[in-house]
Amino acid sequence: MGYPAEYRYTKDHEWVAVEGNRARIGITDHAQSELGDIVFVELPSIGSSVKAGEILATVESVKAVGDVLAPFDGTVVEVNGDLETSPETINQSVHDAGWIAVVEVDDPAAVGALLDAAGYESFLAEG
Amino acid sequence: MKTIFDRPPREGVGGLFPEPDVPTRDLEDLIDRTLLRVDSPRIPNLSEPTVARHYTALSKLNYGVDDGLYPLGSCTMKHNPKVNEDLSRLPGLTGVHPHADAGLAQGTLALLYELSELLGGIAGLPGVSLQPVAGAHGELTGMFLFKRYFEGRAEPARRRILLPDSAHGTNPASAAVAGFSVTEIPSNDAGMVDLAALDAALDETVAGIMLTVPNTLGIFEEGILEVTGKVHAAGGLCYFDGANLNAFLGRARPGDMGADVFHFNLHKTLSTPHGGGGPGSGPIAVSDALVDFLPVPSIERDDGRYVLGWDRPRSIGSVHSFYGNVLVAVKAYAYLLQLGDEGLRAVSEDAVLNANYLQERLKRTYVLPYDRLCKHEFVLSGKGLAEGISTLDVAKRLIDYGLHPPTIYFPLIVREALMIEPTETEGKEDLDRFVDAMERIAAEARERPELLREAPHRAPVRRLDQTRAARDPVLTYPFDERAEG
Amino acid sequence: MRYLPHSAADRREMLAAIGLSSVDELFADIPRAVSEAFRLLGLSPRSEQEVVAELTGLAARNRAPEKICFAGGGIYDHYVPSLVGHVLSRSEFYTAYTPYQPEVSQGTLTAMFEFQTLVCELTGMDAANASLYDGATALAEAVLMAERVRSRGRVAVARSLFANVRRVLDTYCWASGIEVVEVPHLPSGRCDLSDVPEDVSAVVLQSPNAFGVIESLEGVKDRIGDALLVVSVHPISLGVLAPPGEFGTDAVVGEGQPLGLPMSFGGPLLGLFATRKEHLRQMPGRVSGRTVDAEGKTGYTMAAQTREQHIRRERATSNICTNSALCALAATAYVASVGADGLRRVAELNVEKAHYLADRIAGIDGFDFPFSGPFFNEFVVRVPGDANDLHRELLEAGYLVESPDSLRVYGVENGLRVAVTERRTRKELDRLVEALGGSR
Repeated sequence: MGYPAEYRYTKDHEWVAVEGNRARIGITDHAQSELGDIVFVELPSIGSSVKAGEILATVESVKAVGDVLAPFDGTVVEVNGDLETSPETINQSVHDAGWIAVVEVDDPAAVGALLDAAGYESFLAEG
Repeated sequence: MKTIFDRPPREGVGGLFPEPDVPTRDLEDLIDRTLLRVDSPRIPNLSEPTVARHYTALSKLNYGVDDGLYPLGSCTMKHNPKVNEDLSRLPGLTGVHPHADAGLAQGTLALLYELSELLGGIAGLPGVSLQPVAGAHGELTGMFLFKRYFEGRAEPARRRILLPDSAHGTNPASAAVAGFSVTEIPSNDAGMVDLAALDAALDETVAGIMLTVPNTLGIFEEGILEVTGKVHAAGGLCYFDGANLNAFLGRARPGDMGADVFHFNLHKTLSTPHGGGGPGSGPIAVSDALVDFLPVPSIERDDGRYVLGWDRPRSIGSVHSFYGNVLVAVKAYAYLLQLGDEGLRAVSEDAVLNANYLQERLKRTYVLPYDRLCKHEFVLSGKGLAEGISTLDVAKRLIDYGLHPPTIYFPLIVREALMIEPTETEGKEDLDRFVDAMERIAAEARERPELLREAPHRAPVRRLDQTRAARDPVLTYPFDERAEG
Repeated sequence: MRYLPHSAADRREMLAAIGLSSVDELFADIPRAVSEAFRLLGLSPRSEQEVVAELTGLAARNRAPEKICFAGGGIYDHYVPSLVGHVLSRSEFYTAYTPYQPEVSQGTLTAMFEFQTLVCELTGMDAANASLYDGATALAEAVLMAERVRSRGRVAVARSLFANVRRVLDTYCWASGIEVVEVPHLPSGRCDLSDVPEDVSAVVLQSPNAFGVIESLEGVKDRIGDALLVVSVHPISLGVLAPPGEFGTDAVVGEGQPLGLPMSFGGPLLGLFATRKEHLRQMPGRVSGRTVDAEGKTGYTMAAQTREQHIRRERATSNICTNSALCALAATAYVASVGADGLRRVAELNVEKAHYLADRIAGIDGFDFPFSGPFFNEFVVRVPGDANDLHRELLEAGYLVESPDSLRVYGVENGLRVAVTERRTRKELDRLVEALGGSR
């Protein structure tokens, strides 16, 4: 699977789609494939603030738990409620319908500091 | 497989209890009706033949140590001596109420006392408590002891526990339950604690370290004295997880390695049965520094009589309703009496010999990340067998060969790990059979991978859908649906 | 040594295969200082026959089994159907490991599922785990769960818990930094819920409580704000008493020993834990869940494992790994043997016999009942004269009753707690009354 060129990526395997001063966040295909069938997603509360590096959400498969870390400081403004009943959406549509949360970014410049698609793919190749 | 809720019920069965020999009254005259149950619990009334057949059938779906090799790493699934089962059923031992005065339980108290002495001797440590009823429970109790120790020294900043990245999950979990945070210390290329990383991590916020010796790779920490020395020098304490004691029984003592707390798993090293998940017993042995904090009541000997000791003002309190898993202690005591000093040494010799024999033979077919002599267990990797074949597939295929799989995907520091511990009670014939099966499976992985991917083929059930169980948990019998076989 | 299968030839062959000449070479990695510090126990090996003689002798030194048991406090002398012991003796059950490989553990996993179901049926709750260590640690785990959910740092606990259970709870709460606020009891013996401390993560009750008195749970959940309601129960009492689940209880815990386990001087025991659906992800302990295999056949497997230590490690809901599985199997076999009707029958017998004894004791001069609340199978009497002397006399006459010390901690002086189960015959009850100074 390719990694959408217009997204940014983190070394913790999250993707970020910028929408003005907001960022839609999910986990990458690499992450979902490592985890296996997703069985549960713990979403953040709307309105909660997060700091870069803190746990934004957790994604659970049968055998593992993946922490989704906030790539930057911000406030949660939307969460993907569908994941509560259909967590498998992350496996099926990881870069699209499988989004997890939308965060209003405190400092938009922080997004630019993340990896681009090519950078993420070479990061994966190293590992 | 049917459950008892699927069996055809009948009306009230009776026959177990006699008719009331006291005047009977309406329950509502004795207890207010608002406190009484209206609906009956949906538990079927079944005849004895029905129940007997049901549990006999269920048992045949299981695989126990009496069925064959159970090479689970760090579990020490050794043979469970039959005499121990009989002894634990003696009415003189089972029919004692825990609130009975000590004078009425001198036999049990003597046994618990003597067992404590033996365990202290094996550990090389002066204080023992039999209260913890599982290894994790022993770990938690040990963490409580650490906490009390530092409270007493007014060192509240000591809130961190160090542990190697190969640690068993209960270690960090126990530390966390006791209110500590955990810091992982990486293992070096030889699979041992990276001393430089340890140095970097030690400061005055460290309460101590939790180690498993030998570690979960089956490798004995050669620098163990250095490790514990450094932790002590930094003002911390050392907890030793005793799950792997089978590796050095009769040859070495944790107290001599710098341990401040050592827990035993009686249901591993000391042969008591695992029971499908318990009951176990996780007694702890502690150094002088911690003796005053041990749980109450303790078992003491006073002028030839055995008593319960409550006079321990700095004790952490209690971690069990009473005195620990007494009947499990009975089995371990009987085992130790049979072994004696020479038996203990013979156990670790054969355990380590068996593991090295398997390692030597299996490394020709499987990846061995740490190619050196191991102790009682070793870790292989299922990597590289064939495209698209995982350790899970190998494990499930072993079932078709009539063998229980080893531990898989642990320790976390080895990808596609297979942790193998044969124990000393496996004969050469069974070991060879295991090697043979593993070699055949490796060949099948290349030639007929679907056999592995779809395994097991010859078990009571085929591979189970874990995802479904996790996504829509059904944890109780769905009475409202039609029962399905 | 009976448990080592190798012959000398086997050992030689295996050493040769490894390329070593002596077993000692396998232990060269143990630091010299450690090997040299090693000391023997001074224990000579004994034959099986000798060990049997020795332990039989130890068992015979216990005189408690000779007495007629009227002791309670969470552990009771109930009748265990013979079938239970036979089920536990099947080696496929008792020599099996934790069911991490479900395809070869359907026996264990099915029985766990049955156990979880019957605990829910008895308690009226949505989900139960496959056991914890004992009733005391189960209660501690429920409090820790409530704290995880509400994070208030304090819990309100009825003074009328069994003292040993309270001691364990205090230890766990101290370690977790949770303040325990005690709630006193009324003259009836019931917990005084008129002024429950606010801002607590949980309100903890025991029913029947340490005085044997049955608490009323009606309306309690509505009066405690958003604190979790935690109730510790006697499982056999639920054969006749209303299940706590009907009153909005958040967690029901208890000591399962009465369900098919011997008293064994207090171990092994069986921790019961049941909760509501909404708290399922916070529930500690192993659970067995129903699923299907690759051919669509029903099977069972460990479910919701991501709560547990082997996956979550320091973020697990609990550190528990080994639990009390075989004891849970005993409880399952016990309940299957008695059935709902049998459970009701046993409970009724307990109530009838205990009330018969209480009535007869009430007729003896000088004895009174400090607590007026309704009871199941256990009650407290205040005795004339010195309770310690009476306790000793009863022992000499062949009756085992708990020491009066067990009640002093509640401020009850000169009292005895008496438990009566279905095993106590009328003759035994009448003789006890005589021994207490009553007429025939």
